[in-house]
Amino acid sequence: MAKTYSAGVKEYRETYWMPDYTPADTDLLACFKIVPQEGVPREEAAAAVAAESSTGTWTTVWTDLLTDLDYYKGRAYAIEDVPGDDTAFYAFIAYPIDLFEEGSVVNVFTSLVGNVFGFKAVRSLRLEDVRFPIAYVMTCNGPPHGIQVERDIMNKYGRPMLGCTIKPKLGLSAKNYGRAVYECLRGGLDFTKDDENVNSQPFMRWRQRFDFVMEAIHKAEKETGERKGHYLNVTAPTPDEMFKRAEYAKEIGAPIIMHDYITGGFCANTGLAQWCRDNGVLLHIHRAMHAVIDRNPYHGIHFRVLTKILRLSGGDHLHTGTVVGKLEGDRASTLGWIDLLRESYIKEDRSRGIFFDQDWGSMPGAFAVASGGIHVWHMPALVTIFGDDSVLQFGGGTLGHPWGNAAGAAANRVALEACVEARNQGRNLEKEGKDILTQAAKSSPELGAAMDTWKEIKFEFDTVDKLDVAHK
Amino acid sequence: MSEMQDYKSSLSDLSSRKVETFSYLPEMDAEAIRKQVEYIVSKGWNPAIEHTEPENAFDHYWYMWKLPMFGETNPDIVLAEAEACHKAHPNNHVRLVGFDNFKQSKGAEMVVYRGKAV
Repeated sequence: MAKTYSAGVKEYRETYWMPDYTPADTDLLACFKIVPQEGVPREEAAAAVAAESSTGTWTTVWTDLLTDLDYYKGRAYAIEDVPGDDTAFYAFIAYPIDLFEEGSVVNVFTSLVGNVFGFKAVRSLRLEDVRFPIAYVMTCNGPPHGIQVERDIMNKYGRPMLGCTIKPKLGLSAKNYGRAVYECLRGGLDFTKDDENVNSQPFMRWRQRFDFVMEAIHKAEKETGERKGHYLNVTAPTPDEMFKRAEYAKEIGAPIIMHDYITGGFCANTGLAQWCRDNGVLLHIHRAMHAVIDRNPYHGIHFRVLTKILRLSGGDHLHTGTVVGKLEGDRASTLGWIDLLRESYIKEDRSRGIFFDQDWGSMPGAFAVASGGIHVWHMPALVTIFGDDSVLQFGGGTLGHPWGNAAGAAANRVALEACVEARNQGRNLEKEGKDILTQAAKSSPELGAAMDTWKEIKFEFDTVDKLDVAHK
Repeated sequence: MSEMQDYKSSLSDLSSRKVETFSYLPEMDAEAIRKQVEYIVSKGWNPAIEHTEPENAFDHYWYMWKLPMFGETNPDIVLAEAEACHKAHPNNHVRLVGFDNFKQSKGAEMVVYRGKAV
């Protein structure tokens, strides 16, 4: 029977709260953490979020009746307590796949985290997780190459790769910058990296940086006999400028470029990732601005969701935090999003903050990048936590070596290989780390000096955004 | 703190050439190589032996020593093939590979006999 039109404001829950709904395999599912305004019942707040992130408007409009809104609407289908927190609750919402343009994380997130985040009925709102149905995953480009192809191109097997961000991050001339790159690479690193805010400033324009860095790569490859790369940052003010820099990087034979996917934007990133696949250039992804979005436990988007966005949009590397370094991160939670980045099927696991099964099908995985505040003493823990499919990046931990970059690089390489060899022998790295490194330093004075330099440094600040299960 | 040392590496010094994983550590002895073979076998990977003249080590493709040892789980047999390859090509690098057919990649790869550049 056809519906009749009745103008006015209806309660959201009459339409959008469907506790008996069974999500379809093709639905996109979202889990929000909601703190409602006082006096707003949970069901109403959950329904309001479902409505405002899909088909709803604050009042009924007659054109609603020209379509089948009951098919297109988002459905709040479950509510759960947040463990140890009475102020917030989880709302689970299912969205039919037709609501989203194929292959567009831009479109998905314009809906899911659009107007609804400023909505009055909720005091704060956080997108905790999203389940992308395999039907949607297959419409996305994904990582341009993925882990296996990158290993083949770079010829690195059976160990994590090593990187280093060149410092000082701002102010070096292109030629001095290339020197710092060369020293790191000849000492045994696989990659060096532009800092995220190195784009094309007056003190060092991109074109000279690219040229001098390539000379450094070529010479280090000839000298060491190993394949090397430097993440040339092509993040730019406009997409045209970004592609211009990417084209030049390809022209001079750079194996890998880099982009900041949040400040640069998902549209630019997805386009660049497709370009990288077409042109055989690897893509390193930095995540500047992520903490603005993911650090507050009550408002924003959790990093596990930002990880999924990147995997769909495309990138061969993504920074994931280090767990052991100076930056934010809780171990179980970090391991959760590392799996979401690398594995092909990840099961729901609340102890790691994963709310849904996620099937990536044949979409390649990307390398997890650990960077920031780490040095040789962290190596045993890093190898244990991150495993082989990672890039461990020591900035200060390479450049800050008392004998310079090449010695710092060699120290890290020796420490890494000693840890991998010991791990393969079945030894417990985190327990025997000190013995393993001390033994390795006997044949590497560079490692010995690094161990003396950083002996006592520890970074143990409490995590701001803990997993909810850890509260109370 | 020990005194600053120069980093010894140059185009003209052939000992500066490295060969990827484990080449920054001292050359492995027989016992250490055996443990890496055991690791490869324990992972279910297929062991293989390859070799090359040191001056061609940068190439992706080295010479296969026979075929990969599909399904071989006995470390003695793998070690014997590595040694036989080394004896037949004493000046070449000989590397041990663990093919991971599920990932379509190499789970492990390391040079177990270091060749001499001539």
